Amino acid sequence: MKRIEAVNDFVIKFANVNGTGSASANNMFAKALFRMGLPVSPKNIFPSNIQGLPTWFEVRVNEKGFLGRRGGIDMMVCMNPQSMAKDIKELESGGYFLYDSSKPLDLRLLRSDVTFIGIPLRDLCRREFSDPRQQQLFRNVVYVGALAALLDIEFDVLTGLVADQFQGKEKLITSNVRALELGYHYAAENIDCPLGIRVERRDAVGDAILIDGNTASALGAIYGGASVAAWYPITPSTSVVDGFDKYCKRLRIDPASGNKNYAIVQAEDELAAIGMVIGASWNGARAFTATSGPGISLMSEFLGLAYFAEIPCVLINVQRAGPSTGMPTRTQQSDVMACAYASHGDTKHVLLFPATAQECFSMTAEAFDLAEELQTPVIVMSDLDLGMNDSMSPPLSWDDQREYRRGKVYSGEQLEAMSERFGRYLDTDGDGIPYRTYPGAHPEKGAFFTRGTSRDEYAVYTEDSAQYELNMQRLLKKWQTASTKVPKAEACNASGAADVGVIYYGTSHEAAREAVDSLSRAGIAVDTLRLKAFPFDDGVAAFIDSHKQLFIIEQNRDAQMRSLIVNECLVSPRRLVPILNYGGMPITARQIESDICRHLDENKVQPLRAAKETV
Amino acid sequence: MTYLRPSFRHPEQPINELGFTRKDYEGALSTLCAGCGHDSISAAIVQACFELSIAPHKVAKLSGIGCSSKTPTYFLGNSHGFNSVHGRMPSVATGANLANRDLIYVGVSGDGDSASIGMGQFTHAVRRNVNMMYVVENNGCYGLTKGQDSATADVGSASKKGEPNPFEAIDLASIALQLGASFVARSFSGDREQLVPLIKAAISHRGFAFIDVISPCVTFNNNPASTKGYEYVRDHLAATGTVDYVPFKQEISASYAEGESKAVTLHDGSVVQLRKADPELDLNSRRSALRLIKDYRAKEQILTGLLYMDEDSQDLHEIIGTSKTPLQALTEAELCPGQKVLDKLNDSLR
Repeated sequence: MKRIEAVNDFVIKFANVNGTGSASANNMFAKALFRMGLPVSPKNIFPSNIQGLPTWFEVRVNEKGFLGRRGGIDMMVCMNPQSMAKDIKELESGGYFLYDSSKPLDLRLLRSDVTFIGIPLRDLCRREFSDPRQQQLFRNVVYVGALAALLDIEFDVLTGLVADQFQGKEKLITSNVRALELGYHYAAENIDCPLGIRVERRDAVGDAILIDGNTASALGAIYGGASVAAWYPITPSTSVVDGFDKYCKRLRIDPASGNKNYAIVQAEDELAAIGMVIGASWNGARAFTATSGPGISLMSEFLGLAYFAEIPCVLINVQRAGPSTGMPTRTQQSDVMACAYASHGDTKHVLLFPATAQECFSMTAEAFDLAEELQTPVIVMSDLDLGMNDSMSPPLSWDDQREYRRGKVYSGEQLEAMSERFGRYLDTDGDGIPYRTYPGAHPEKGAFFTRGTSRDEYAVYTEDSAQYELNMQRLLKKWQTASTKVPKAEACNASGAADVGVIYYGTSHEAAREAVDSLSRAGIAVDTLRLKAFPFDDGVAAFIDSHKQLFIIEQNRDAQMRSLIVNECLVSPRRLVPILNYGGMPITARQIESDICRHLDENKVQPLRAAKETV
Repeated sequence: MTYLRPSFRHPEQPINELGFTRKDYEGALSTLCAGCGHDSISAAIVQACFELSIAPHKVAKLSGIGCSSKTPTYFLGNSHGFNSVHGRMPSVATGANLANRDLIYVGVSGDGDSASIGMGQFTHAVRRNVNMMYVVENNGCYGLTKGQDSATADVGSASKKGEPNPFEAIDLASIALQLGASFVARSFSGDREQLVPLIKAAISHRGFAFIDVISPCVTFNNNPASTKGYEYVRDHLAATGTVDYVPFKQEISASYAEGESKAVTLHDGSVVQLRKADPELDLNSRRSALRLIKDYRAKEQILTGLLYMDEDSQDLHEIIGTSKTPLQALTEAELCPGQKVLDKLNDSLR
């Protein structure tokens, strides 16, 4: 049997039962590798359930720094008899399978091309710990200890993590370290260590941090100046508001009075959540909500109001697999169309597409500036993969010189100095963006009536066609202005002229980067364009025009971004070959690479003469 | 209705403490049907704000969709207004209130807007005790879509179309009482003497102040078989008593017999004085109010007036502990923690 041999480049997957405390042990494993200077990307694959169903944790180690899913599993740590048969099947040939040998393995499951490693985890724990709950919890810590021996993880790093995690709780530190030792010694004494796959310390993470996108978004909202959050609980966005609450408690309490410089309201539903955000924004506070697809559906009516009445608001949409309830704990990028054109009538909304946790932070903060500058909703299009999994990210940074861009708002003094009549919807500057006023700004000037019905430039109700059209045209002009203000798509050109262009966005970033690297080493030069926002800047159409063969990578069934590009850039759909992944698991580099290769092969047109010569 | 309002005003029209005349509290010309009860309510709001000497720009008026929700255009023309989405005014008002606790919030809604499409939002605004006055202009029908029954139409009541309503009516005042509203009143658009002091008390009250105002729809629901028409309501009214609103600084001059009256001091120092018509009524007891509403209903009477008040209730801001400075007035320095804090945070994530 040829075993997989690899240093600092493999995929390990843990199969657990949810509700058994495996998550913290698995996180400790991932963080240990990170502290050994190795780029890691852990992904939690969990059911929509609290206790008793299968859950997995996939960790990619890659010292070159590719952090997307690669595809394939090199080692499985299986703690769940329910999923064992499937877990064994999933392993790559030459892979490793670690299981609890307290019970004999079903021989029918054996594979001759896999190395089976049995460790009597349950028995070890029964001997060491008397409390049944501890026996269960520490089983997870024991296998992490065993992995330290099997994969050459520095034991000090693990004990350091335990000390950090349980600071001030000596008893817990002692028992956790004991559990780690138990596994470590058993493996070292009974198994040929290390395995063919192993780790070695490197200096490949620099000053990076490990953070999940939702926490980063929450911090982005705090740094972006949000003071009102209204929300309705929904997976996978809940941890955005949890994070906002947690950090506000640390950072937003007035030291003198103990009062909160923020308000969080758990609304009765998503309709109320966005209504509160709109009310607060209308009244001059920066406000946001966090939601997922079903919430977007419910918020759509209000989004139309905010678009038409021109009220800034920020939404963080952590996308999950739809339609309907779909797969609430699996990832997709399938709300692109629903968000871009949310609501009835002619509407368009500004979307931002973060690809990393750092961008969840920076784009969420930026969303507040854009929303107020453009006086319109801005939706940050994160997803479950980015939002709920820790990922390696450059440290978060904030320019202390930066000032919030609050947009065009007349103050009381400005109103006082005005001799002409205030017109809420007058295009004074020719960029389609009018001036607004906050309630209470001035005793006699600046008051207006905000409404979802048609009105003239002075906010007075009208059903006059010409006035209505004038307003709708101005909104289009504002949309044009928006395309110059949103983050530009990021082009990355291969050396030399490439015929092949690949377009992608959001969490397809890491896998796409790796696939392109692999293709270029195989001699296929590929240029890439990462979309960061909607409306598209001019660079998007230019990129499409300058490439013969174009691919678009998306994590939905219907290639929604392709439709958006076709519609907005007036491109023929034939020009964009979709590469799609929508099973709920993040897209892999291997899929992208093989899909591109297959398409290029199928469409290779051999010149007639050359074909004859080969005969 | 289209008509011209004369611009002439009496040269010696009264001015209030801030130097405003009643005209300064008026809005655009109403476009509702002639005789619509809603216009009387708008006039009562104008009168109450004038008498309270409220700076018009310190009021934010909000509404949903429907005839009633159109009315904020017709009063307080110097205030910001927000005509939002059908049934969703409570959430917009809640958000607005969270952003700036220093303004006065006047919410206007209708029976379709609050008892049907917006029932959920109405009930949650009540339980959060958002500091606002919430007026439902209740006509038992959908006027703007030509007279369909609403959820507050009484069983057996028939609109102009003639079909008796077969479904149980929702009584919003009872619901508000059950959900913990801190101020509940009912009135009739035709009874300005009762309505004006109630509105003044509701505006001065800290917390959610609910007034259900029966306001006949002259076009679709003012026929003899309707229980929300002028004729029926006038014939079946019973009042909890005479309500007086005595502003802070003004002495209570009228004398009331002990046991028949109740004086409640609001947090701003003003006093609501109720000369009780029914000695059974205990203004601080929800149970008493709920029972009386039922009792009068059984007698086919509509009990109007102040029904319940909790002058010590905590509003949403006090419950969640937000800063005394309006959130919208916080500066960037107060909101943004800066790079130093991020440095520490980054360290904790390695």
